[in-house]
Amino acid sequence: MGAYIFRRLWQMIPTMLGVVLLVFFLFNWVGGDPAYVLAGKISNQEQIDNIRRQLGIDQPYYIQLGIFVKQIVTGNFGASWSTNERVSHILITRLGPSLTILVPLLILDTLISIALALAVAYVRGSLTDRLVMIVCTVGLSVSILVYIIVFQYVFAYKLGWFPVQGWGDGFWHNLVVYASLPILIGLVVSIAPDLRLFRTFILDEINQDYVRTGRAKGVSENRVMWVHVLRNASIPIITNLMSSLPGLLLGSFLIERFFSIPGIGREVILAVERSDFPVIKAITVYVAFATILTNLLADLTYKAVDPRVQLK
Amino acid sequence: MATDTAAIAGAPRPAQRDIPHTVSPGLWTLAWRRLRADKVGMVSLAIVLAFIVMMILSGLGLIASDWQREVGVNYAPPTFLGPEAPATPAPEAVVPRTAAPAGSNYQSKIVDPIGDVIASLKAGKVPGGPLPPETAEEKSVDPLADVMSEIRADKQVEAKAEHRVRLATLPFGGDKWGRDVLKKTIKGSETSIFVGIASAVVATFIGTLLGALAGYYGAKVDDFLNWFYSVFSSMPPLLLILAVAAVLQHKGIVTIILILGLTGWTGVFRLIRAEYLKHKAREYVQAADAIGASNARRMFVHIFPNVSHVVLVQLSILVVGFIKAEVILSFLGFGVPVDVVSWGSMLNEAQNELILGKWWQLVAAGTAMALLVTAFSIFTDSLRDALDPRLKGRTGA
Repeated sequence: MGAYIFRRLWQMIPTMLGVVLLVFFLFNWVGGDPAYVLAGKISNQEQIDNIRRQLGIDQPYYIQLGIFVKQIVTGNFGASWSTNERVSHILITRLGPSLTILVPLLILDTLISIALALAVAYVRGSLTDRLVMIVCTVGLSVSILVYIIVFQYVFAYKLGWFPVQGWGDGFWHNLVVYASLPILIGLVVSIAPDLRLFRTFILDEINQDYVRTGRAKGVSENRVMWVHVLRNASIPIITNLMSSLPGLLLGSFLIERFFSIPGIGREVILAVERSDFPVIKAITVYVAFATILTNLLADLTYKAVDPRVQLK
Repeated sequence: MATDTAAIAGAPRPAQRDIPHTVSPGLWTLAWRRLRADKVGMVSLAIVLAFIVMMILSGLGLIASDWQREVGVNYAPPTFLGPEAPATPAPEAVVPRTAAPAGSNYQSKIVDPIGDVIASLKAGKVPGGPLPPETAEEKSVDPLADVMSEIRADKQVEAKAEHRVRLATLPFGGDKWGRDVLKKTIKGSETSIFVGIASAVVATFIGTLLGALAGYYGAKVDDFLNWFYSVFSSMPPLLLILAVAAVLQHKGIVTIILILGLTGWTGVFRLIRAEYLKHKAREYVQAADAIGASNARRMFVHIFPNVSHVVLVQLSILVVGFIKAEVILSFLGFGVPVDVVSWGSMLNEAQNELILGKWWQLVAAGTAMALLVTAFSIFTDSLRDALDPRLKGRTGA
């Protein structure tokens, strides 16, 4: 096990280097010279040269790459180009609001999707099953934008059940007051695809021999579904959830933007709008690293849930 | 080679004629038969084809080419609702567009008073009254004289249009400037579907090519391409798309197709690589090797037709994803330029309109997109079932 983890960590290095190279290539080569953007419309060569020196982009590419690697390792990306706030500070302060939305969303989504998937898989082929699947397919096709716009208008603007947008200070206050509507929208958007997917995973298990054996020896239907089938179906479900984790951090960026929640996703959009390269670079690299690490974590969980899996 | 076949064809063997032989149907014939039997699949195919025909007609300028004309009153409601009550700013219809917000205080409370001017500037229109007449002197000095005369000509056309009676209602309603929402939806579908299909083609092409190389050659090539794949797939797709959008300052349809195409190939790569790994050891490939077919020929003439159904299904899955992505990007303003209408930019306008109670543009763009995406996803499932019946019943991830 230890050797396996060590080898996997070792194998990550080329991928991480690749990510660094890709981001570097995008922002330092394709992106052109940011000095002209920063200096504004009225600028002279001297100012531009100054900015270039400050950013280190008057150096050859290999030195710039060195600077970039150093920034990643130390976490010191300097200051944001538009607000002058330290990038590390931006990342730390924006993480909290994102997680306040995402952790409850992920837990609720998983529980509800699994329960519904077990239910519709149990009555597979029936009218209920088909209706739920049709609702999911249609629900998936409606743009997330439409959900957000309509829900915000109806529940916050018209009915006044929730604040239209905003974010406060206390964690519980935020969770109860400001996060509820965003979480509700997140649930509507994420249950449909998860339910469809989990249903297939459960259907794969429901016809297996062990289910028949369980029933034959008199195990209750509840126990068959919730213990026997779910335990086996949880392997692909967990892998799937793990792999969707890093994407979730940004997945709610539209929700964060609409509800003015100061999270990572909204920060990415703001940074793209303002051409704030240091912020985008930092978020891109760290989220990619997080993805690589969660992939390893997913494989380890896989092993924990299913002892038959051989880690190679 | 060609003469051989001709010789055989020219000398028919009578013995063969008499034997009743049936040609065994190929993969595509079988798949088409299975698809034909699938009623839901055929209905969704018809809907998808209707959308594509609409896109082509609109692209050729046969329908909805005048979507920018202001044919109705501002926020003309849909026909089935009937014209609005007199409380609405009906007189606005005769006031030039740019003066409207100042004259109507109900708008200025909520909407930025110069919002319309800015928007019309963005849309490439020139606000304000009649421009001063052009002088010969001006023409000789002013490098923009030609442009100015064009603008003047436009203004004259617009001035005429201003006198036209504006319709109180429109089939699907009107937007802020009284443009026909139905025509905007059609024009928007042109952009969204074209971007979806074109970027899916780019992504599928890249994924298939790299997947074929990796799976066929294996060894060093495979290692390198696998590394390349793991780098791209370790970034959440939306983050990668936004990062590329941040770097490419130039906005346009080609840019967005490239962004989506260059970032979305990883799924295709993984599947095609696995298919090529499986196929390269098969006997027909060895036979092709034996008759001296080159590597490229073996890869694309011999193996490719046998994996093309996987490619087709992946293409279809990608189109749906990219249509959704384009709508989000355009909504955020990272997508198509402002003078091009897409479902995303319509939703963006609709967001503000909804607060004024004008819901029709939201419903039109949202429904058109939901209808197309639903039909396309169901068709994709049917297509996969038809091409690979072993997968029947599984819903796509």
